[in-house]
Amino acid sequence: MVDLTTDYLGLRLTNPLVPSASPLTRDFDTARRLEDAGAPALVMYSLFEESIEASEAAAARFFHEQAIGYGEADSFLPIPDGYLSELEDYLEQLTNLKQSLHIPIIASLNGISASGWVQYGKQVQEAGADALELNVYYVAANIDESAAEVESRYIELLYELKQHVSIPIAMKLTSQFSSVGHFVKSLEAAGANGVALFNRFYQPDINLETREVVPSLTLSSSYETLLRVHWTAVLFGQVNLSLAVTGGIHTVDDVLKALMAGADVTHLCSVLLKQGPEYLANLLSGLDAWLDEHDYASVRQLKGSVSRKHAIDPSAYERANYVKVMDSHRSSSGVWR
Amino acid sequence: MNAPDWLTIDGNEAAASVAYRLSEVCAIYPITPASPMGELADAWSAERRRNLWGTVPQIVEMQSEAGAAGAVHGALQAGSLATTFTASQGLLLMIPNMYKIAGELTPAVLHVAARSLACQALSIFGDHSDVMATRQTGFAMLCAGSVQEAQDLALIAHAATLRGRIPVLHFFDGFRTSHEVAKIQGLDDDCLRALIADADVRAHRARALSPEHPVLRGSSQNPDVYFQGRERVNAAYAAFPGIVQQLMDRFAASTGRQYRLFDYLGAADAERVIIIMGSGAEAVHETVEYLNGQGEKVGLLRVRLYRPFDADALLAALPATVRRVAVLDRTKEPGSDGEPLYKDVVTALAQQQMQDGAKFAHMPRVIGGRYGLSSKEFTPGMIKAVFDELDKATPKNHFTIGIQDDVTHTSLAWDADYRTNAHDGFVQALFYGLGSDGTVSANKNSIKIIGESTELHAQGYFVYDSKKSGAVTVSHLRFGPRPIRSTYLIGDNEAAFIACHQPVFLQRYDMLRKAAKGAVFLLNSPELPERVWDSLPRSMQQQMLDKQIRFYCIDAYRVAQEAQMGSRINTIMQTCFFVISDVLPSDQAIAAIKAAVEKTYGGKGRRIVDFNFRAIDAALAALHQVPLPDKVTSDFERPATVAPGASEFVQRFTAELIAGNGDAIPVSLMPDDGTFPLGTAAFEKRNLALEIPVWDAELCTQCGKCPLVCPHGVIRSKLVPQTLLKNAPAGFKSHKVLGKDYPQDHVMMYQVAPEDCTGCGLCVDICPIRDKSNASHKALNMAPIEPLREQEKANWAFFLTLPEYNRREVKTTTIKGSMLLEPLFEFSGACVGCGETPYIKLASQLFGDRMLVANATGCSSIYGGNLPTTPWTTNAQGRGPAWNNSLFEDNAEFGLGMRIAVDKQTEYARELVCDLKGWIGEALAADLRGAEQTDEASIAAQRARVQQLRELLPGIDDPRARELEAVAENLIRKSVWIIGGDGWAYDIGYGGVDHVLASGRNVNILVLDTEVYSNTGGQTSKATPRGAVAKFSAGGKPTAKKDLAMLAMGYENVYVAHVAYAAKDMQTLRTFLDAEAHDGPSLIIAYSPCIAHGVDLSFNHRQQDLAVKSGHWPLFRYEPARAAAGKNPLHLDSAAPSIAYKDFISTETRFNMLWRSHPDVAEEFLARSQQDVNKRYHHYKQLADLPWEEEHGDEKPTKER
Repeated sequence: MVDLTTDYLGLRLTNPLVPSASPLTRDFDTARRLEDAGAPALVMYSLFEESIEASEAAAARFFHEQAIGYGEADSFLPIPDGYLSELEDYLEQLTNLKQSLHIPIIASLNGISASGWVQYGKQVQEAGADALELNVYYVAANIDESAAEVESRYIELLYELKQHVSIPIAMKLTSQFSSVGHFVKSLEAAGANGVALFNRFYQPDINLETREVVPSLTLSSSYETLLRVHWTAVLFGQVNLSLAVTGGIHTVDDVLKALMAGADVTHLCSVLLKQGPEYLANLLSGLDAWLDEHDYASVRQLKGSVSRKHAIDPSAYERANYVKVMDSHRSSSGVWR
Repeated sequence: MNAPDWLTIDGNEAAASVAYRLSEVCAIYPITPASPMGELADAWSAERRRNLWGTVPQIVEMQSEAGAAGAVHGALQAGSLATTFTASQGLLLMIPNMYKIAGELTPAVLHVAARSLACQALSIFGDHSDVMATRQTGFAMLCAGSVQEAQDLALIAHAATLRGRIPVLHFFDGFRTSHEVAKIQGLDDDCLRALIADADVRAHRARALSPEHPVLRGSSQNPDVYFQGRERVNAAYAAFPGIVQQLMDRFAASTGRQYRLFDYLGAADAERVIIIMGSGAEAVHETVEYLNGQGEKVGLLRVRLYRPFDADALLAALPATVRRVAVLDRTKEPGSDGEPLYKDVVTALAQQQMQDGAKFAHMPRVIGGRYGLSSKEFTPGMIKAVFDELDKATPKNHFTIGIQDDVTHTSLAWDADYRTNAHDGFVQALFYGLGSDGTVSANKNSIKIIGESTELHAQGYFVYDSKKSGAVTVSHLRFGPRPIRSTYLIGDNEAAFIACHQPVFLQRYDMLRKAAKGAVFLLNSPELPERVWDSLPRSMQQQMLDKQIRFYCIDAYRVAQEAQMGSRINTIMQTCFFVISDVLPSDQAIAAIKAAVEKTYGGKGRRIVDFNFRAIDAALAALHQVPLPDKVTSDFERPATVAPGASEFVQRFTAELIAGNGDAIPVSLMPDDGTFPLGTAAFEKRNLALEIPVWDAELCTQCGKCPLVCPHGVIRSKLVPQTLLKNAPAGFKSHKVLGKDYPQDHVMMYQVAPEDCTGCGLCVDICPIRDKSNASHKALNMAPIEPLREQEKANWAFFLTLPEYNRREVKTTTIKGSMLLEPLFEFSGACVGCGETPYIKLASQLFGDRMLVANATGCSSIYGGNLPTTPWTTNAQGRGPAWNNSLFEDNAEFGLGMRIAVDKQTEYARELVCDLKGWIGEALAADLRGAEQTDEASIAAQRARVQQLRELLPGIDDPRARELEAVAENLIRKSVWIIGGDGWAYDIGYGGVDHVLASGRNVNILVLDTEVYSNTGGQTSKATPRGAVAKFSAGGKPTAKKDLAMLAMGYENVYVAHVAYAAKDMQTLRTFLDAEAHDGPSLIIAYSPCIAHGVDLSFNHRQQDLAVKSGHWPLFRYEPARAAAGKNPLHLDSAAPSIAYKDFISTETRFNMLWRSHPDVAEEFLARSQQDVNKRYHHYKQLADLPWEEEHGDEKPTKER
């Protein structure tokens, strides 16, 4: 029997296959199915700052428009007693999940501003979250802002939050930092308990007919795992916080690569959306089988075994590797160069 | 005093709180000002609030008040305790059932917020016209005069009806009592139990129809016994006043508040007495106390139980010393020799005098007068005038008080400056706000705060104007140590505190006229404190100096913006009021405001609460007292109310109404039959827009979509020869006409009316043209009005001088062409971004110069016909839509009547033409009779013929020529439009709509489908979709929307269409043209986004698009003409649903709020709605695909056989 347990954010998990923030956790039954399929923990769907703001703005406008100052209509829509704001709805779902499931629940906050986070963080902690994943999604569109300034936003926010929240915090990062390793170290210093590598962006797309810019999101593919594996391998052994790979985990191979690079957990999203919650059990048995076949006693044994620190050729994780790849590329014969 | 049973509520809530607890069944239907009673009952039922017997009442919304009365009757007969709430015409619709309910001696209570009846005009305001029309039904009539009484007498009414078996109409004055917020002493369930006898309830149940002990009721009786049957009830009526008095006494024992059938107040030896009922009695009470304090001997006899009329009790209540009596009626009975209460009193006195042992030495002299119709002010000055009149040797009978009747001279003069001492030690405060800025809700909240945290009595009354966009509200608040009986507005020189929440009002209203000496004036102004004085008009500065006003200012919009509150300034201004007025210690007041914010928003969004808190805290720092300089410095005055060039009528009448001086309009200035000129909205420049559209003439492709979608008719296109622009102002924009349909020497213009624009931005939203190199720049772009206003005013003025393009030359089948037709519906006061008005405007463009409009009561009749101004207008020839609103329930029939009348007169005219053809000439007569009139050119040709005929007729010496002169205009084709909302077409007026559709007559029915009763605040109609939250469907409407189109298609000769102009404008245009051309009934059901959907109407077009794409609103036309041509008459104009239904409904609060409150229910509704949509699409598709020709071909031989 292979020991699949792993430690993530100070939580002992039965295995490293953690469903990540996705609509799957919005539905209570789906969450239960995930647990039944073997999920060792759940990252709840993200509470988006913009979404909270938008729903509160809608509520405010709605209250506002109840009275238009017209003699025949005191108000327009009745406000049901059970009306919950997006935030309360989230907290209620969190409480319900905590009460009914046995696995740890990691709340996920997604946003850009410092305001509100402390309060939201406190509230999810009070609602029973075991940990908090902070997805600071900041697009550095202001070209007068330096990389250091951008990084300090994250650090300050984390620092501020750590003052008020005692549950572990994982920072979910984008890959768009000029020095990912250094930045992760800084986050660790500011109190981060883990990092999740990397966020996948909604990319703005252009509608050719209307020429409007519209958000787009495609589900991930295994290929995207490689970027995460790369940076996990670089970080493993150089930092002491938990490492999670998120984005592109679709197969047992993807999971294995991430673990070998040094991940404590791998997050699953697209694959479960596509294949259904029960697919987690398949991955789990695949992982178990692989480890068993290859005589691994535990996940711990595997973890970081092909990190930069332990790789057969550490330079493969560095720029030399790039040259090799470019060199290996050859056009098909017959193509004019 | 601060016992927990003190409540600060309005009259509707006061009555409903009792009615609900004492009922099992409430059958309801919305009508102003009674709607809130039904809404409250519905809301309480939705939250499972229980009645006195511990069960939750059933609330059922009916299709009309007639339906509600019928349902109540049925519920009563089946043994339930049933009630309903209504007013005005709604009560009239209940009359037939009231006779039945009373005739069967059935305990029931109707709660009525008494309101004027629609006569020469509709009015939503209060008087007793409606209840007086029911006094013959056999219902007892119990009248409450205050918010406290509306609650207390509601209980007495329910108890008395159960005991005495006479049904009771419990009424109080619409708005004045129904909407006044006052501090009253509540009634807990024990108080109710103390009066309601279980034995009476059981007796009622025992009389119920039941197959277990069956009886027959409602028989048909013959001459032999009907009469006796009518007389059989006398004993019950005779006993009833005694029962009511008994219950009043018992009520007094449990609450300490003593009422009597007739309550006398005043000097025990009074010689002059006013007899009155309703809220006016409160003002008389106040005045009588004051006068007697001054040494007079006057009295008030207040009528509480009006029917059954207990003459003995009335006489017993009057002091024997009375010599003169004035009976005041709040109703008018034209043609009568006195109003009802007057005649009852005269009869009572006369009968008494005829008996032995008469109470009075001489029959007192009784005069009757009318007051207070449609909530007309009734003040101590007027009451004093009535007492003074009684003192005269020959007091005027049948007088009026409160108006200046310079025609039949009925009116008494009064001293407008007369005041009682009722307000010594009181705070009287006035707040001028915009409807949308939340001033009213903040003030209601302030009253609650003061009412609940001090020992002060409090009163709030709110005056609204008739607009929906940019509506002005004036809040009248009183606080003081004594009960408040001032059932009238705060008068001139009385207010100690006046707040102007909108700087634009400085230009519009004489707000300080009401300011007392030394009053506070609080102004929200963007000006700095040191500059704000200079921003005031000259006369206002003078008033401030004269009255030694204490002047405060705050830039509340800045504070709001900085606190991320947008334009929401209400809590900021509320804070300033408390801080300045000192009604409460500031800290306590601010804590209370914050608590109220927390209560309102706490569960709905923490940030809203935080933003409000921030704004409240910031208000203090931003508030400045401005020292008054010693002299007037301003060099400008308030501008004239209406633009120059207005007619004399507009100047003398309309302008006064706009300025708020309508009370001073004498009778002689009023039209005697309710007729008003068109085109008056153009004179009311409301300047609401902060941004207006700016046209990029070079980029524009002249598609015409912007004028099509403009809800207010403020962006227009015109096509004129280039040469006419010689004198155009610099900066006037035009562009050579594009395309080959029009003369190439012409230029096109798209011009905005800057002072009429509301800034909704829908024209920019619809504009499809973007700059090739800059996608953010369109051919139309919003820009701040300020640097543009004067230029655009000049441009607009010039634009108006340019001629309209010849209608005959316009290609009306294109949007671009049809938009060259002049709109004859412009600048309405509809909501900003209204989804209804573009349809009406389009009809006015296409057919306005020959259009008759029958308009159902509702939003469209209010923005269409509420004084002071109307958006309906005329063209340069003086032609335009002739408009009338009959009622809510009868609009289809009303329009059909117009059609029949026109058709009859056309037929008659044609007969006369035939008769007179010897004089007229064969050729002209034949042409006049045979004219096709299918398009603008042929209609214009017929107009020319009729003109030719008119010129000939005076020379014809034949009486038939005189006849033809009177009816000749009917030879020109007229277009009859029957317009209304879904409440009318789907519910209350459906029977009529159905009948008119079946009539086969050539009418055009335009249903502006907002899917709720919009005008009265968004109550559920049968057009409301499944799953939508609306009033009366607080948990989401469980049933599907009625398919009105499908019902109409069943007639086969009806042109039926679904349109949504922003989803497919050409289809809308095509529909209007074809529907009008169809020689038979047409039904256009027009999707109309509404603020009641909980959507920002700047997304109006998106919502139409989503509604169509999701299949919620399929576009189609059913054209009988196609069937006649052997084709399938049904044509689908929109594709199969291409987005999920959820993608549509998730964008609208009316649907998505259910996901927040009842997600499971919402999901279930969604699943069923998605099925509905799919099913309906397939059904329609199948119908549209039916092979019509073959079927038709198959049928023919059958018929021939």
